[in-house]
Amino acid sequence: MTDNELIWRIAGGSGDGIDSTSQNFAKALMRSGLHVFTHRHYPSRIRGGHTYVEVRAKDDPVQSRGDGYNFLLALGDSFARNPQDEAYYGKEELKPLYENFDELREGGVLLYDEGLLDESDVEEIELEEHAEENGWHLVPMDLRGIAKEHGREIMRNTAGIGATAAILGIDTTEFENLIEQNMSGDMQEANLSVLEDAYEAASDLDIDHDIEVPDGSHDEEQVILSGSNAISYGALDEGCRFISGYPMTPWTDVFTIMSQHLPEFGGISEQVEDEIAAAALALGASHMGVKSMSGSSGGGFALMSEPLGLAEMTETPLVLVEAMRAGPSTGMPTKPEQADLEHVLYTSQGDSARVVFAPANIRECYTQTRSAFRIAYEYQIPTIVVYDQKIQGELRNVPASHFDEEANADPGSVLTEDEIQEAAHHASGKFQRFLHEPADGSNVSPRSVPGQKDGRYLATGNEHNPSGHISEDPENRIAQMERRINKLDDIRSDLDENTSHQTYYGPEDADHGILVWGSQQDTVFESVDRLNENGHSVKALGVSDMMPYPVDEVSEWLDSVDEALVVEMNASAQFRGLTQKEIGKYGDKLSSLLKYNGNPFEPAEIVDGFETSINGEDLAASNMKYLPAAGD
Amino acid sequence: MSAFSAIGDDREIDRDEFTPGIEPQATWCPGCGDFGVLKALKQAMPEVGRNPDEVALFTGIGCSGKLNSYFNSYGFHTIHGRSLPVARAAKLANPDVEVIAAGGDGDGYGIGGNHFIHTARENHDMTYIVFNNEIFGLTKGQTSPTSPKGHKSKTQPHGSAKTPVRPLSQSLNAGATYIARTAAVNPNQAKEIIAEAIEHDGFAHIDFLTQCPTWNKDAKQYVPYTDIQQSEDYDFDVSNRQEASEMMFETENKLHEGEVLTGRYYVEDGRPSYGQEKRQIGEMPEEPLAERYFDEDAEWERTYDNLLEHHK
Ligand SMILES: Cc1ncc(C[n+]2csc(CCOP(=O)(O)OP(=O)(O)O)c2C)c(N)n1
Ligand code: SF4
Repeated sequence: MTDNELIWRIAGGSGDGIDSTSQNFAKALMRSGLHVFTHRHYPSRIRGGHTYVEVRAKDDPVQSRGDGYNFLLALGDSFARNPQDEAYYGKEELKPLYENFDELREGGVLLYDEGLLDESDVEEIELEEHAEENGWHLVPMDLRGIAKEHGREIMRNTAGIGATAAILGIDTTEFENLIEQNMSGDMQEANLSVLEDAYEAASDLDIDHDIEVPDGSHDEEQVILSGSNAISYGALDEGCRFISGYPMTPWTDVFTIMSQHLPEFGGISEQVEDEIAAAALALGASHMGVKSMSGSSGGGFALMSEPLGLAEMTETPLVLVEAMRAGPSTGMPTKPEQADLEHVLYTSQGDSARVVFAPANIRECYTQTRSAFRIAYEYQIPTIVVYDQKIQGELRNVPASHFDEEANADPGSVLTEDEIQEAAHHASGKFQRFLHEPADGSNVSPRSVPGQKDGRYLATGNEHNPSGHISEDPENRIAQMERRINKLDDIRSDLDENTSHQTYYGPEDADHGILVWGSQQDTVFESVDRLNENGHSVKALGVSDMMPYPVDEVSEWLDSVDEALVVEMNASAQFRGLTQKEIGKYGDKLSSLLKYNGNPFEPAEIVDGFETSINGEDLAASNMKYLPAAGD
Repeated sequence: MSAFSAIGDDREIDRDEFTPGIEPQATWCPGCGDFGVLKALKQAMPEVGRNPDEVALFTGIGCSGKLNSYFNSYGFHTIHGRSLPVARAAKLANPDVEVIAAGGDGDGYGIGGNHFIHTARENHDMTYIVFNNEIFGLTKGQTSPTSPKGHKSKTQPHGSAKTPVRPLSQSLNAGATYIARTAAVNPNQAKEIIAEAIEHDGFAHIDFLTQCPTWNKDAKQYVPYTDIQQSEDYDFDVSNRQEASEMMFETENKLHEGEVLTGRYYVEDGRPSYGQEKRQIGEMPEEPLAERYFDEDAEWERTYDNLLEHHK
């Protein structure tokens, strides 16, 4: 199917160093000129338990994890060998072997650490039989033994890399460079020796497979990073210098990265007692004129609902991040889902005005976070960046120049003291903070911040008059409400003009469409290529602005196709519902392909789902659901 | 003109500056103890030499939350129970601004109880005034965390089975470094205590007894009171934790028995405030963060210049 690509999977126990090893592997491949993408699977467990990371490498940009994989490095779970009386571990050390059988492609290579396993156990899982059936090349090696010879068993990872390189014919220079950069002293030396020994041992084996690692080169310098990195760097580049949070997977990632870097940028990070406090702190700092953010995942974000509403009512800029995981409630903490869309769009009481961005990938994590700050501070409105466990955990290469933009520390619509002197004041001495009709004809009434001379006003979550005094006057209510709500139209025009986040993919004149939002976009784009190769006529529209909804762009695109399949990772077709609600039609044109088993879509699944939908057949795969159009 | 020229001006301040010119009608009931807090707060301001523009007052929701409407400063009337987290961040964002937070007993000891404990623990440099009227005022007289055991209300018609919270002891255990109780019926002491609290470097908690004649029918519930610093019956060292703790315990018991004790209970000088601690360990800048956004010479680094190196 897809030639010339390596999809290398490393499997082991949580805590066995699978993450860092895969990161180095991906980085080394990127440095050698390839495009890389990593997909991470881990259980909700701290040490032990089967976990894997896949690295897909090609000579042109990689859109998704792909389907299946062709090289398994099974390290075995070193935490499974310590059975306690109280809790049963089972045959966990074998899991990294047999739990990965399903997706290993025909003809693939299976390299495993026999040093950690009993022969009789291996027989029990019928490894040989499986291998024969699928044409796999079995490569048992004593990686543990090689590592132990040079000191510590944890270096099994490095041995695995050395052996992988030998089997696939990858030059080890970049691996050596990374060891030299990341380690020093004895550790560095030991790892270099392990790498070399394993490389030689595997070279001697002379395995005859037909995986070809492509050659590639980059026109410009690349960096490899995760969605959480990109969100954090977007925030820092926009002058965000205050973060407050409470840990919750997967939001913890952004919180950690920001907390580690803010002090060096002269900023402040606060880990607080709960998520209500977290959002309230970010609001407090923003009220004082500091660009701030907070965030959480589903349950924690639920707690932020009240401070979010307060930000809307007091028109205090606030940037929140919502990192989705499978719900409801605590759901599946380490699994991705796109089911918090309605939660972020509609949570909090009253007619609310907030802006919601849903980045498609790592590049957009950066650009949309920047938009989120710019819009929040210019328009005095809360903005939310909603992303998911998938983008959070995956690493991808991006040209370094993507981040080479000017910093923007502009606090937005805040007045200087000179400007405050010129501005309207109430007879009570208060500054007219919430004008019904701001001077420039916009819906934004500029603010002052505490400590500025003559800028006193009251910010309150109650309805209030221009100087901030609580008011239930009906005319004032209408004027304030309309000004707040109408900001959304202004923001839509602003985004259309400056930074549209929608992505059009495939032949413009295609008959069929796939509509997709957030993190599933790039996977859909890969499927669109395959579908067109298969003789279909398909294009896709990836939507990354959720509110204000890009009504014109989407309607125009929907007008241009006969029908459209909406692809999303949830059970209730939330984005399809949003689209119908916002546009007010197309109920008969939109059908849905849904997946909510805790894993993101793979390109082949979307191909299947699409073909099923246009052929009017029932979906064969049980891990997805097809929901026909309303008119069907 | 500098970005924050209101801060640090050392002219004489008049208490009337804190009375707005024309003002919304008072919505507090006649005889409400909340008037006493407002008056004491206004009187304290000239003593501490702060002008209205350099003061930020954060309130919660309840009758107490209306304080903002009658006190002329920067104000933020937040949400029920959440004044402290908003106020905390304000202080970290601009330590030069005087931060005062206020709320009711339901607001501060009930719904906001968790924030109260953690703000005290962190010893933020701010003043927190709790209007303790032993009742939910604004929602019309339900039982509050400070209502006495057996208190009957529409939502607890058989009388509350709960023992009231002990705000002073709680505050001490949590880590506040200035703790006092005063009462609306004791205006001079109230003014002095508020001024001391504002000048204290750390978390200053004032449990302010305010009568609610509307729902707690006895408007004279806190009269007569005893000022423990003036009385010969009480002699203890306010800087001694142990003695303070015992005195608080006795005070809280006596209030349940109808005897009102007020005064300073604990004053710990010398412990650095949270902001100072954060600066010492390098987690907070020396200059107020908020000022940087108004400083044309401030340098704003791009992540590209340093962080991206790790990703190459
Ligand atoms: C989340 C939330 N729950 C409930 C309320 C309703 N509410 C408003 S004020 C109040 C009680 C206030 O009592 P207290 O803090 O003792 O203040 P007082 O009115 O007596 O000054 C309540 C429950 C609210 N505004 N928000
Ligand atoms: S209800 Fe009680 S607390 Fe509220 S204003 Fe009236 S007297 Fe004061």
